[in-house]
Amino acid sequence: MTIIDSVLGDFFWRALLGGLGVALVAGPLGCFVVWRRMAYFGDTLAHSALLGIALSFLISVPLNLGVIITCVTIAIALVLLSRTRALATDTLLGILAHSALAIGLVTLSFMPDVRVDLTGLLFGDLLAMSRQDLIWIYGGAAFVLALLAVLWRGLLMSTIHEELARVEGVPVERLRLALMLMFSLVIAVAMKIVGVLLITALLIIPAATARRLARNPEHMMALAVIFGVIAVTGGLSLSWHLDTPAGPSVVVTAFLTFLVVYGTARNASH
Amino acid sequence: MPDSLVQLKQLTVQFDDRPVVDRVDLSVRRGDIITIIGPNGAGKTTLIKAILGLQRASSGQVSRASRLVIGYVPQHLTLEATLPLSVRRFMLLSGRTARECEAALERTGVRHLQEASVHHLSGGEKQRLLLARALARRPDLLVLDEPAQGVDINGQAALYELIRELRDELDCGVIMISHDLHLVMAATDKVICLNQHVCCSGYPADISHDPAFIETFGHQVAESLAVYHHRHNHRHNLHGDVVTSTGLHGAGDHDHH
Repeated sequence: MTIIDSVLGDFFWRALLGGLGVALVAGPLGCFVVWRRMAYFGDTLAHSALLGIALSFLISVPLNLGVIITCVTIAIALVLLSRTRALATDTLLGILAHSALAIGLVTLSFMPDVRVDLTGLLFGDLLAMSRQDLIWIYGGAAFVLALLAVLWRGLLMSTIHEELARVEGVPVERLRLALMLMFSLVIAVAMKIVGVLLITALLIIPAATARRLARNPEHMMALAVIFGVIAVTGGLSLSWHLDTPAGPSVVVTAFLTFLVVYGTARNASH
Repeated sequence: MPDSLVQLKQLTVQFDDRPVVDRVDLSVRRGDIITIIGPNGAGKTTLIKAILGLQRASSGQVSRASRLVIGYVPQHLTLEATLPLSVRRFMLLSGRTARECEAALERTGVRHLQEASVHHLSGGEKQRLLLARALARRPDLLVLDEPAQGVDINGQAALYELIRELRDELDCGVIMISHDLHLVMAATDKVICLNQHVCCSGYPADISHDPAFIETFGHQVAESLAVYHHRHNHRHNLHGDVVTSTGLHGAGDHDHH
């Protein structure tokens, strides 16, 4: 057995490796969630991931693929529906988030021969991390980070002032779509670690913690990654030693870090 | 006109079948400073947005010169509190070099604020930053939506004077919305009074006598503007000191540049 095999053979290390991969990409993307006030939007996408899982079982496609497709579809539907302005965006998000979750759960209950670990899906499962999941996580993370790097200036500019960006020739709508695609990807890969109900927390809390110390956007992203790594490492250790559920442990650690940073650090005030 | 930077022909924008901009004809050429005035809800911002390509026309036409570079100074720069951003970083996001950005900040008088957070700028400083941002793009056309908002009264005059100077330096066209009627009258070549449709347009000195203008803004405004304009033979710099008028219209001096 090679060293890699013995390392990856241990499911704790595998979970940690997976978690770090998620933290790597959740930090930068989480910053955009915070800057663009998309927290509730992220929640809605995460909830619709469960619907994606149910549909994947129904038509037998790979879970990750089903989740990504469902999330992208819901995201596009959201954009189109919010343009009609018939309902306020938060109402619309509330309707879609809970309906997607509920439809997912109801659909799953119609498939008695499909054995799904629902708690694992909702709150994350430390034990479920397979080698294939790791490939998905690192592949997805690399793709999203590369895309973020390429689109960086336009994304940041349209976040700062959408109309100014548009006048300067930034393809604002296409970037919005790209951002949603990235969200869907991250949700699909992060689901394993923290579960659909807690994904938004992993996106938002490290980014919000980083805000306190950050001097510029890139700095905030780097700090968000570091706080994400702390949350994942601390949370999984907690889960390992005290036998607590993995996802909630990660979120609790993230929250404690947030409290400590906001309690002690002087505001960078930038 | 072949040398128009932007030309509107019978431009109409409707929201829910209600015309917000109604059959407006307008042409901006290099060297023009055109100011749009008008009461609230007159469609000023919608008109500007149509020029910028941010608002689709319901009917009529907006034609822009090919390769037209527009420098846009929006009404506000309201930055999300969660987004840390320094003045330097904001400027660099324009895609211009550090040297160009610095020169633009220098020109609008806020170079000393480079390291400052955008969140901490005053209203006037923000406007000068936005102007620098537009300037760094070396625009053919400068579009400003109430550039003097949140700027104190001395600063306003200086800001309008700066816009005039930039027009000369860049040889660009300028179109702006303003509420500062008395300042506009001194710093503008052509005023367009908008109330959905163009209710009147012309040189500042003439327009205050126009019956349509008087009807829109009332006798008092028209009279005070007329009086103000003809007594206007000096201006104030940033510190409020009197500066003898050189480029501005002095008493009885009505040539336009």
